[in-house]
Amino acid sequence: MSALLEVRGLSVEFDLKDGAVSRVIDGLNFELAAGRTLGIVGESGCGKSMTALAIMRLVPVPPGRIAEGAIRLAGENLLDASEARMREVRGNDVSMIFQEPMTSLNPVYTIGDQIGETVRLHQGLSRRDARDRAIEMLRAVSIPAPEKRVDEYPHQLSGGMRQRVMIAMALACRPQVLIADEPTTALDVTVQAQIFDLLKELQQQTEAAVILITHDMGAIAEMAQRVVVMYAGRKVEEAPVDEMLTNPKHPYTRGLIACVPHLEADPALERPPLMEIPGVVPSVAELGRGGCPFAPRCAEAMDRCPQDMPPETAVGEDHTAACWLYSATEAAA
Amino acid sequence: MTGPAASAAANPPPDNLLEVRGLKVHFSLPRKGPFAPAPKVHAVDGVSFDTARGATLGLVGESGSGKTTTALAVMRLAPVTEGNILLNGQEIGPLSGEALRRQRRHMQIIFQDPYSSLNPRLRAGEIVRAPLDQLDVGDRESRDDRVAELFRLVGLRPEQQALFPHQFSGGQRQRIGVARALATQPDLIVCDEPVSALDVAIQAQILNLLRRLQEEFGLTYLFISHDLGVVQYMCDDVAVMYLGQVVEHADRVSLFREPLHPYTNALLSAVPSADPVLRDRASRIRLVGDPPSPIDPPPGCRFASRCPFAEERCRAEEPALRTIGEGHRVRCHLVSDDGVPPHRASN
Amino acid sequence: MTESTPAVPAEEPVVIEVERPWREVWRMFRANRAAVAGLVTLLLIVLVTVLGPFVYPVDPFAAAGPLLLPPGEQGFLLGTDQQGRDLVIGLLYGSQSTLTVGAAAAAITITIGILFGALAGYYRGWVEEVLMRITEFFQVLPPLLLAMVVVLLFSPSIYSISIAIGVVSWPATARLVRAEFLRLRELDFVKAERAIGARNARIIWTIILPNAAPPLIVSAALSVGIAILFEAGLAFLQLSDPNVMSWGYLISVNRPQILEAWWPVTFPGLAIFITVLSVSLIGDGLNDAFNPKLRQR
Ligand SMILES: Nc1ncnc2c1ncn2[C@@H]1O[C@H](COP(=O)(O)OP(=O)(O)OP(=O)(O)O)[C@@H](O)[C@H]1O
Ligand SMILES: Nc1ncnc2c1ncn2[C@@H]1O[C@H](COP(=O)(O)OP(=O)(O)O)[C@@H](O)[C@H]1O
Ligand code: SF4
Ligand code: SF4
Ligand SMILES: [Mg+2]
Ligand SMILES: [Mg+2]
Repeated sequence: MSALLEVRGLSVEFDLKDGAVSRVIDGLNFELAAGRTLGIVGESGCGKSMTALAIMRLVPVPPGRIAEGAIRLAGENLLDASEARMREVRGNDVSMIFQEPMTSLNPVYTIGDQIGETVRLHQGLSRRDARDRAIEMLRAVSIPAPEKRVDEYPHQLSGGMRQRVMIAMALACRPQVLIADEPTTALDVTVQAQIFDLLKELQQQTEAAVILITHDMGAIAEMAQRVVVMYAGRKVEEAPVDEMLTNPKHPYTRGLIACVPHLEADPALERPPLMEIPGVVPSVAELGRGGCPFAPRCAEAMDRCPQDMPPETAVGEDHTAACWLYSATEAAA
Repeated sequence: MTGPAASAAANPPPDNLLEVRGLKVHFSLPRKGPFAPAPKVHAVDGVSFDTARGATLGLVGESGSGKTTTALAVMRLAPVTEGNILLNGQEIGPLSGEALRRQRRHMQIIFQDPYSSLNPRLRAGEIVRAPLDQLDVGDRESRDDRVAELFRLVGLRPEQQALFPHQFSGGQRQRIGVARALATQPDLIVCDEPVSALDVAIQAQILNLLRRLQEEFGLTYLFISHDLGVVQYMCDDVAVMYLGQVVEHADRVSLFREPLHPYTNALLSAVPSADPVLRDRASRIRLVGDPPSPIDPPPGCRFASRCPFAEERCRAEEPALRTIGEGHRVRCHLVSDDGVPPHRASN
Repeated sequence: MTESTPAVPAEEPVVIEVERPWREVWRMFRANRAAVAGLVTLLLIVLVTVLGPFVYPVDPFAAAGPLLLPPGEQGFLLGTDQQGRDLVIGLLYGSQSTLTVGAAAAAITITIGILFGALAGYYRGWVEEVLMRITEFFQVLPPLLLAMVVVLLFSPSIYSISIAIGVVSWPATARLVRAEFLRLRELDFVKAERAIGARNARIIWTIILPNAAPPLIVSAALSVGIAILFEAGLAFLQLSDPNVMSWGYLISVNRPQILEAWWPVTFPGLAIFITVLSVSLIGDGLNDAFNPKLRQR
């Protein structure tokens, strides 16, 4: 099975104010087939959004730059593509739903104009056809009375409806890859459930590949087939979802799963203290110092951890982790 | 108690630290025209609940359901339109001025946003010390000691008193907020979504801290959250709010095991879960649409516009909050008197 | 420090230095070079204002040479004006009243503005209604007319002119302060103050007002400038004290000849500009110095 989207050795660097260079994404690898969903999880600042921006080639340059790697969409390396080619790709082949539904719509245009804009740009539809397409898309994302809503402004919609408009915009050109960056973080669970159902349904119709960025393992379990756990700009573990949830290997993944109070099937169970991951995510300036970036917070850290970067190692079938606990090569040291 | 005479004569402190009766908070919006009536937001519309001493009552519901407004009204920080609030058996609704200030020693609040809840111009030590100064607790030296002790209690180092809020991480700022709330040794702490703004890994640190402090000091929490996993973990009793009203209220085990109200059920169904048992629950209800506006809410059951079981009667007649079984309260016409919810009855 | 600090865990520093608050403010202020330049300039102007009359004890209104002499000729460094007065002397003597009017009028503006804005924004309700009606009343009156009335009522003097300028310019400040209070009073840290039993006076003056300072400092610096220019305008209408020299007076009497002689208008104008600029640079520096976010090293 060939991958639709392939990310190889992706690194993103930022110039800091004091002249230092920080690797906010470091050697990232993953791939994704059509019709499938890949989840990316991790704490704030671990590089999830930056990964998404890199795929769209929207990393702010300067101070940032994509330092190395390849991003292949159906075989074409997007990092070699011209800016003109990228404008075709964005919104047409790869589109994105942003984290903030409140600020990612332009307040001075109607939602019909904004959805129509994308299709006119990419598919050369006339104004009238674009409006019809906008209405059709609004209906597809189950917004009631789409003929009326199409002429409304973003502030007239609730948060959930705005996010549905964002989805309508992102899907208007039937992209091959949809990147959803925490699409429901700002929404209520009931609305989140609606959005997830909608995404799944639309994905089935269009066969789009979806990257779902979130920090909620429950959401991953409902939506994705595979999951990548990121920490400090690196992939620390990757596995199919069920394997990851039942058999997490990396100490960070185990912490992430255990520190969240999940809804229990049996509410009468004992409630022991939650597992804690002490400390905080390293700041940009602290990235790339060599050694396992998780070492300062890791309960299982060994002597070599702060010095040597653990390589990605197979820890099971179709399951990799980057941690010295599982690396066979350590005997050499 | 040995005999009826003894219990009648003594006046023991009530079992319930906090009792809220028929609380209403309405906000007037600016009128649309010179002669139009001012629209009223029914943010809280007849809420009643008790909180047992030393226990945690959870308040859940979608955004806009009136959780924060209820919390602020209990703290006397939002205008109370109607209703009674009893803290330690004493009515605090009508208090004002000095009398209200004295009561504030016994109740404190932790806010959701660790950024806007700390004054950026004060040092952490000054922030934690302010309640002691304002409410005249102890003398100067004892306050210094107390502040240092509070810093240790919440897992900060006393030297960090000299820092400003922006020099702390989100989780550390929330710890400062917790220390400020603890300063006067209150009985009641209202926690308004204390971990919603924090990163997953940091949430656990704060939740564990709150539970440890509760055990150590016998605190009573009114705990607001929209995360049902967190509520299940933290609370002894749970009240579910919808559009300014409590629609269901029960102890944790009954509420999560046997939710009666269709809205509670929908809320539980909506939580994405890694647990296949929960995911495949037969009784899952998917909601459509958004809650109606709290400005002049509809007659009848407020949930009728989204309820899959709604009938004619639901739209006409407002259901009362009935008690079913042992203290399980629910506001729905279709829950039978022996506690069969509509989703069970229909199949 | 003689000994090196011991190695600390990478996570967080253990030693936290505490500086005395005012020293810290001064250190921050000093770090802002533009602000220091502003302060030095203003101090120089004040020094010259105070010492000038002792160094040159003359009548500033008396003619000293030919009319409209260009700068540098016959030993007149800045030239003379249309009545033959030495511009150096005019500027020296004029600065006293100009600075007094600027400072006093700005003080009045800021005081009334803060009082009205803070109380209206904090208490809302009928207090706000009443205070804002009064503010609007003052705002709709034509400022120059209002100032003329005040000046004529009390006969022109530095004091009546300061009061007149203060009275016409406070409404803008009041609206600004009110808007800031409306925003800040809804923030959680203000709710937290109420929850810990803080009294209204503390909340208004020590909690909200410092957080409203940044736009207020900018507006205060501006209002010094506006007051100086306003004074010039009044002088132009011959509503200033005719026995007191001021920069505004020099500009107004020499304006008709501006096409033949640029200097009698330009030099006082430049003096006003430099003064206003240094005040606003100082304001900027103060603002940064009091902002904790910029204070840490
Ligand atoms: N313009 C920038 N300049 C310097 N560093 C940046 C910039 N933008 C992002 N970063 C850094 O890049 C890293 C990754 O950020 P990113 O936004 O991808 O995190 P994230 O995982 O999406 O977090 P969240 O869950 O908060 O959305 C962070 O350390 C961040 O501070
Ligand atoms: N000061 C106010 N003026 C007008 N409406 C308000 C005010 N405060 C809250 N509301 C409204 O009251 C309702 C309940 O709000 P809130 O208690 O904050 O809900 P929750 O905390 O459950 O999200 C919302 O519709 C909100 O917009
Ligand atoms: S490599 Fe070492 S420090 Fe890093 S996660 Fe594994 S055990 Fe912990
Ligand atoms: S009263 Fe009717 S509409 Fe309301 S929750 Fe019950 S069944 Fe649904
Ligand atoms: Mg992000
Ligand atoms: Mg709230």
